[in-house]
Amino acid sequence: MTGNIAILGYGLSAIGPGIGVGLVFAAYINGVARQPEARGMLQPIAFLGFALAEALAIFGLALAFVFRK
Amino acid sequence: MSIVALAADGSSFETPGVADFWQPLIGDGAWAVTRASIVALLSVAIISWALLAGTKKLAVVPSKKQAATEALYGLVREGLGRDVIGSKEFLRFMPLIFTLFTMVLLNNLFSVIPVIYFPTMSRVAFPAVLAIVVFFVYHYIGMQKHGVIGYFKSLVPSGLPIALVPYIFVLELITDVFTRPVTLALRLFGNMFAGHLLLVLFVSGGQYMIAHGAIGIKIAGGGSILMGFVMTLFEILVQVLQAYIFALLAAIYIAGALADEH
Repeated sequence: MTGNIAILGYGLSAIGPGIGVGLVFAAYINGVARQPEARGMLQPIAFLGFALAEALAIFGLALAFVFRK
Repeated sequence: MSIVALAADGSSFETPGVADFWQPLIGDGAWAVTRASIVALLSVAIISWALLAGTKKLAVVPSKKQAATEALYGLVREGLGRDVIGSKEFLRFMPLIFTLFTMVLLNNLFSVIPVIYFPTMSRVAFPAVLAIVVFFVYHYIGMQKHGVIGYFKSLVPSGLPIALVPYIFVLELITDVFTRPVTLALRLFGNMFAGHLLLVLFVSGGQYMIAHGAIGIKIAGGGSILMGFVMTLFEILVQVLQAYIFALLAAIYIAGALADEH
């Protein structure tokens, strides 16, 4: 079996952000379910949280390709 | 895996990789005109034409084109400008934020638009340039508003114990100078690159399996191509979302630099 262990690093780096993104949207859904009129206010916050959590996985992806050689 | 088994008949499957995104059309090296740069120029032409055509004959009762243009602008202006930056100062940043949003949106959508099929932002230089523009804008307006010394002072929240101030200052400085622009560029790049790679893998892998495999593998190849269609729909969602997030983060960084305290 051939391949590069850096790709495994990407798999590992995706676990945390995966959980994080799930938590962010769970909180968003909870918020909107409890108070539907707050949707407009919560939406940018939810997407901001999503973007910040996702950044770590993106780092992992970029580094997986950087250290491929 | 099946790919290894398929390779037995001589021709082997080449997994798509980073190299597939480097497509020079004219010349070579650092100054080559690549497919990405042609697509970027095309996006500028299309956006300019659409916006000029949409705002040419402005009327109180808008034409269809004008209504569509205004709806798009209104969406960005209300959702990203007024809500994030605040009603006092958002107007002078609207050209930048609306440009970022439309530019990123169209370039992302090019990934699934037939004939073009290339997301410009999957070459890291393009999102990097956009992030550098945002980087200079938010530092410049922050220094303009608070003064250079005041701007660096405003990085640290007031009321901290004096012993903590240097640590927090260094931490905030790293966030502002390094983490923010780098994540802004890499987030867009990573999403577009990974998304397009996934589509290429599904379609080219499926095509190879159908062309070279036994009957069971041919069926699996058909499933792979079908999955490519499903992922295309998902990618469209991601592309619109990433354009929104890029413009949102630019607006948030600008709002942060303008705020009295971070």
